[in-house]
Order: sequence, then structure tokens, then C-alpha cells
Amino acid sequence: MTSMQWFNIVLQGVLIGGLYAMFAAGLSLIFGVMRLVNIAHGDLIVLAAYVALVVTQAMGINPLVSLLFVVPIMALVGYALQRGLLNRTLGDDLLPPLLVTFGLSIIIQNGLLELFTADSRRLQAGAIEIQTFELLQGVWVGALPLLQFVIAVAAIAGLQILFYRTALGRAFRATSDDQPVAQLMGLDTRHVFAMAMALSLAVIAIAGVFLAVRTNFDPAIGPARLIFGFEAVIIGGLGSMWGTLAGGVILGVSQAVGAQIDPGWQLLAGHIVFLAILAVRPQGLFPRVSG
Amino acid sequence: MRDAALLEIKTIDAFYGDFQALFKVSLSIDAGQIIAVIGANGAGKSTLLKTIAGLIHPHRGEILFKGARVTGLPAFDVVRHGIALVPEGRRLFPSLTVEENLLIGGQSGRPGPWSIARVCELFPVLAERRNLPAPALSGGQQQMAAIGRALMANPQLLLCDEISLGLAPIVVRDIYSRLPQIAAEGLSLIIVEQDIAQALRAASHVYCLQEGRVALEGSARDLTRETISAAYFGV
Repeated sequence: MTSMQWFNIVLQGVLIGGLYAMFAAGLSLIFGVMRLVNIAHGDLIVLAAYVALVVTQAMGINPLVSLLFVVPIMALVGYALQRGLLNRTLGDDLLPPLLVTFGLSIIIQNGLLELFTADSRRLQAGAIEIQTFELLQGVWVGALPLLQFVIAVAAIAGLQILFYRTALGRAFRATSDDQPVAQLMGLDTRHVFAMAMALSLAVIAIAGVFLAVRTNFDPAIGPARLIFGFEAVIIGGLGSMWGTLAGGVILGVSQAVGAQIDPGWQLLAGHIVFLAILAVRPQGLFPRVSG
Repeated sequence: MRDAALLEIKTIDAFYGDFQALFKVSLSIDAGQIIAVIGANGAGKSTLLKTIAGLIHPHRGEILFKGARVTGLPAFDVVRHGIALVPEGRRLFPSLTVEENLLIGGQSGRPGPWSIARVCELFPVLAERRNLPAPALSGGQQQMAAIGRALMANPQLLLCDEISLGLAPIVVRDIYSRLPQIAAEGLSLIIVEQDIAQALRAASHVYCLQEGRVALEGSARDLTRETISAAYFGV
């Protein structure tokens, strides 16, 4: 293979890495703010895809336009889920939220199976799906993967600004540091947690729609997306949004290169790179520097 | 009987985990007054402040603030009513800068005289360090920031838990010398201290707790060292 072909493969990996970064960002945010490991994260991505399916069919709109509805719907679901259920599981013990979100994962999968059957679905985004343009001579990129990557970078940048430049972000960080004292400052931590989950599911909504346009989906594909998200978070280092993007990109490139070596190696290559980084640098490549 | 105490605690029982830390404790404080709560380790002083601030809910008894019941309200609501706590050990948010810590203190949105500029006026050393991460400050500076953070809520009642803890005597004197400036804004203060001499100098009225009960109560001027020692050690 020529070097140009390799460049192309790596580029495709980078672009898919944006999607993985979006899977990971919400996961990282939730763990950072409330030490909750959301096992249902992957299934919530799939739920977002089905919400988009319903919205596009009911309103006859493009999946990308449906984001205007899917994002707020998922944010509301996140807020309600946290206030109604997950806040009750939080405490000194990590285990209850783990078990409850594991149960939630099963409920979502089976609920979707009941409502939509096990058939594979796909969202049709129209002409943009096949549009490509020549980035460099001999290097063609699809409009959709590029758009997905740009939006992923924008989402990560937005989260970063929100976290470090706004009152809500300050409340997230303070609550993460010291919950009782955050309450003494007038922060209702139940509300702060619910806002974090709403934000997490808003990002999930974007990821879910792009996933559904790119590939076929069915109710059972959630757990694999959860693994990709976890791997991207661990590679990048917990608590760093840009690290999460780098983690997603590294995972995407590993999979793309692995698939070239042998089609069966696509997922394996990603897992191997993840394990290698975990062995060499367990804190991740870009851990948060804390004082 | 005074009729309009700012805070009135009526015979509260409170638990710290499974352990009963307060037994029928009553206390009252008027507007503009500074009172001290003293006692040995484990006498229930911190539990008392946490109970007033809403972090611990009393099993029996009631707490009236400006005549209204605040018993059982969550801590984030109590601060909105105008009671702010400077927690034991300072507990600044380590991943926030000094300025961000102060801004979080002002989160409750109560109107009043306190602002970042006003806090920096009270503790000038904070002004030049406002953009540093909180853990970069010395212990005394962290204590000033913690007091400033509580003041940002524009409270009418400030609860100070062991301000002197782990600080050099000269730093403690420095911080205590500014309490009158704080009180001059019309605030009332409840100071919990193990350093009795410091507490007696600052306060007009003293409560001494012993094993969760009020063992002694009186005007700071009238109490002798002997009566306080007796109440303090229970001998």
C-alpha cells in the first residue's frame, strides 16, 4: 500500500474517533461530577437513536434536523432519570449506582426490543451521506464523517468552556470536590447532578443520531458502544475533555489500522491499544493535573 | 425574656451517626451579637453548628430563625435564609481558584454588602492571590478565604467552626482582629473554639458544652476561669 493510502486510513480513523469521543465525554462528565459509572450509557445512546427514528418518521425530517428535538428530549430524560432514580443510589458506596444502571441497561434493551423488534434500523440522511470531496490530492473524505468530527470537536470545546468558564461548570466542580460544603454554599446537589446527567444525555443524543446515520443499529448494540466510550475515557485520562477527544481518536485510528491488517482485527486492535496504554500509563495520556 | 432573638434553638437532640451528640440543647442569639461555644473534643460543638446549618437534622426540638422554623430544611435552603457556616478545617474547593471559591459562596444570590472586592478589602492578602488554586494558599490564607466565601452569601448569622485549628497564634490573632469589622456590618456570629482565651475576648456571651449538654452559660465578663474550667472538664 502507498503512504497516501495509509494516510487515508488514519484519517478515516481520526474522523470516527470523534464519534467515540462523544460516547466518552458524557461518561467522563458523569463520573467526574458524581462518581457514578453509568453502565446504561451505551443503551442510552441507542435509545437516542430510536428517539431520532421516531422523530424523523413522525415529522418527515432529516435526521440531522431531528437533533433539534432529540437533544432536548434526551436532556429532559437525563434530568428526570437523575432526579427520579439515580440520585437515590448515590452515597459513599460505588456499588448501588453500578447495579441500578446495569438494571437500567437491561430494561432499556428489552423495552426497545418490545417496541421496535430486533430488526436492524438505519436513519437516512439523504444526499449528504454520499457527498465527498478531495481534501488533499488523492485523499477523499465524506461530508458526513467530516461533519460528525467537526461537531464532536465543537461539543468537546463547548463542554470544556462550560466546565471552566460558567457558573454551572463551577457548581459541577465544587460539587465534585466536596458535596456537603457545596450544599452549604446554597447548591442543591440533587439539581446539580441532574443538570450533569441532562448534559451528558444531550451529548449522547448527538452521538446516537450520528451513529444511526453511519451504521445499522438494533436494541442490542449498546454495550459495545459503552466499551468504546470507556476505552476512550481511560486512554485519554479521566477528567480531561481534550484528553477524551484524543482517546477517541487513538481508538478510532487503532481500529482503522487494525481493520487494514485483517478485517477481523478491527475491534481487537482497539482493545489491544487500550490495554497497552492501561498497562504503561494507567492514569491515561492526559490526566487532570490537580493541586 | 427577650422576644425577638435572631436565632432561637429550643431543646434539640441531634445524632452524629448512631451516636447522640446533643441533648436538649437550647441557645439564643440576638442581632449583632457575638457568642462563643466552647467545650472539649467531642462535646458536640461542631454537631451543633452543623445542625443549625442544616447538614444534620435534629431528632427533637426546633430551630427558629427570625421567628420562622428552619428545622429540617436542607443546608442549601438554610443558607438562602441567611445562615452561613465556615466549616471546620476550612474545606475550600481544591480544584477551584480562590476567586471561584468566593463566587460559589455568592451562589445563593442573597443581596447585601459583601462582594469579592469587599472580601479582598477585609483580607487584602487574598486580592493578589485570587487567581491561584485554593490549595496554593497557606493555612491562614485558606481560613481567610473560607470566611470570605461564607460572607459572600451575605448572611445575617455567621457560624465559625474552629477558626484557630492548626494555625499559628499570630495568624489566629490576625484573623480574630477582623471579626469586629465583620460584626460591624450587622452580622451575628457564633464562634466555636477550643482556644478559650481567644473565644472569651471576642464574644459577649459564652455557652460551654460538655458531653452534648449545655454545662454553663453566661456573659463572657462574668464567668471566671474557675467556673469555666469546671464546666469544661466536668470536674
